[in-house]
Amino acid sequence: MIRPPSGKVAAAPVLRAVTAAPDVVSLRRAGSAVGGRTLWSEVNLHVRAGEFVAVLGPNGAGKSTLIKTLLGLVPVSSGEVTVLGSRPGRRNAAIGYLPQRRAFDAGVRIRGTDIVRLGWDGDRWGVPLPRPLSGRRARATRQRVDEVIELVGAGAYAGRPIGQCSGGEQQRLLIAQALVRRPELLLLDEPLDSLDVTTQASVSALIQSVCRSEEVAVLMVAHDVNPILRYLDHVIYLARSGVVMGPPEDVITADTLTMLYGTPIDVLRDREGRLVVVGRPDHPSEPSRSVP
Amino acid sequence: MTWNLVADVQQMLSYHFMLNALRAGTIVAVVAGAIGYVMVLRGQSFAGHTLATIGFPGAAGATWLGIGVAVGYFGFCIAGALVIALLPGARRPGSGLGGSGEESAGIGTVQALALASGFLFVSLYKGFLSGLNNLLFGTITGVSDAQVLILLVAGVGCLVVLVALGRPLLFATIDPDVARARGIPVRLLDVAFLVLLGIVTAGCSQVTGSLLVFALLVAPAAAAARLSARPAAAVVLSVGLALLVTWAGETIAFFSPYPIGFWVTTLAFAVYLLAIAHRARLERPGRQTS
Repeated sequence: MIRPPSGKVAAAPVLRAVTAAPDVVSLRRAGSAVGGRTLWSEVNLHVRAGEFVAVLGPNGAGKSTLIKTLLGLVPVSSGEVTVLGSRPGRRNAAIGYLPQRRAFDAGVRIRGTDIVRLGWDGDRWGVPLPRPLSGRRARATRQRVDEVIELVGAGAYAGRPIGQCSGGEQQRLLIAQALVRRPELLLLDEPLDSLDVTTQASVSALIQSVCRSEEVAVLMVAHDVNPILRYLDHVIYLARSGVVMGPPEDVITADTLTMLYGTPIDVLRDREGRLVVVGRPDHPSEPSRSVP
Repeated sequence: MTWNLVADVQQMLSYHFMLNALRAGTIVAVVAGAIGYVMVLRGQSFAGHTLATIGFPGAAGATWLGIGVAVGYFGFCIAGALVIALLPGARRPGSGLGGSGEESAGIGTVQALALASGFLFVSLYKGFLSGLNNLLFGTITGVSDAQVLILLVAGVGCLVVLVALGRPLLFATIDPDVARARGIPVRLLDVAFLVLLGIVTAGCSQVTGSLLVFALLVAPAAAAARLSARPAAAVVLSVGLALLVTWAGETIAFFSPYPIGFWVTTLAFAVYLLAIAHRARLERPGRQTS
């Protein structure tokens, strides 16, 4: 699975079963340039159905741009991208998307249920009929919305205005919104950002269980890999000098990161298996000692 | 005034100007209540206020040129909506969730220009001074049959478009990034909504005057949002409160020597205060919020 541009760490190609699920996402020699600056180029990667994949890398490496590229919101500058068998943007109805963001303003007085419901039919023109006049389809809609709210465990606060929910509660409701149409692919951009450690763990476990139970491929941009480390099938590491994809234990290594950053880097593992990256990455926004 | 309610109302309705005022007020209240709710949700109150002040030079200019006041209101407000929509960064999508989009200083500049040119038109049209107050603060006697008809057409048009935009407009308001990824034309909806807002403020201005449009556009909607977090229920509430405020305000204005704008605004403010007080009582510690 590892296809580094330089070929230096091509030693460990992952031989998945030949009967593996079809590619949900595939990039062939793809490159991205925003405002004339090349973010990444010659990227080859494949995500299969039901896989949980993290996108890591320093700030400004183009992680969010990768997500937007898969949604067709940003064009690739070179190469070929296929999402769910089509050009990016064609099958967005089958993709659940959680953009990188801050929380809802405390004054937003719309219920969590309504937010989830927008994921179901928010793109249909017009307004739903009032409840007494609505038919079977509306009942099915409400059922599905309730079901997905139960799935993410948000039943207790889905009736509250979203602005009054905590960060973790809002994130669960937004994940429910992304899931409500039974997507084949979830694109999550730093969903754990600004959550406390306990909530990070529970939201990570939720994403993992959804990934398994709903058989949806998850591509998640993460600032810190540790909350999701034990759930991951693959890691995509984006850096200035190249892109590496593979199992986390193969990618988050001193050798690979040293190659990507072009400067000596160590990866330490603590007693609980958490990873700490130590070194002097060449990117100015990356702190001298950080967690990938 | 006899304090016999039935007789008083009969007396009031026997005046044609009063009938027209109530007709126009009813149309305006329904539309302003509905559109106002979306405006409050989108955090575009400042844009709405600016559109209202843009109606003033429109009306003043139309009077100066001797064409219908309604034409001036609608023409300027719609043009103003397009200008605001085209201002860079007027509402930067993705700047926040829940319609907390930033409004640029550009809108404020447009507002100042609108007020200044309105005043210019007033001074160009000599002997217009009594009309100035009416343009700014509204008048109960000023609505003609033709104006009622125009308001009706514009109001029904606005409501039909608002209902048609419905869910995608709500989606684009609450979560523009995800809405765009789902193929909703977020930018187009931004422009469409501003034009709707322009039409509504133009209509509103003809009842409450340019400066007091907010009484109907903001107060009932803000009160309704505090009373219910269900979008459909809140829209209905907002319309109901706007109607209540308008009818009561017009009735009191008829029996009192003071202007209609004052009464409608005062009642709207009272409704808003009551809603805030009700919400504060519900959210006292130890009570389940809804």
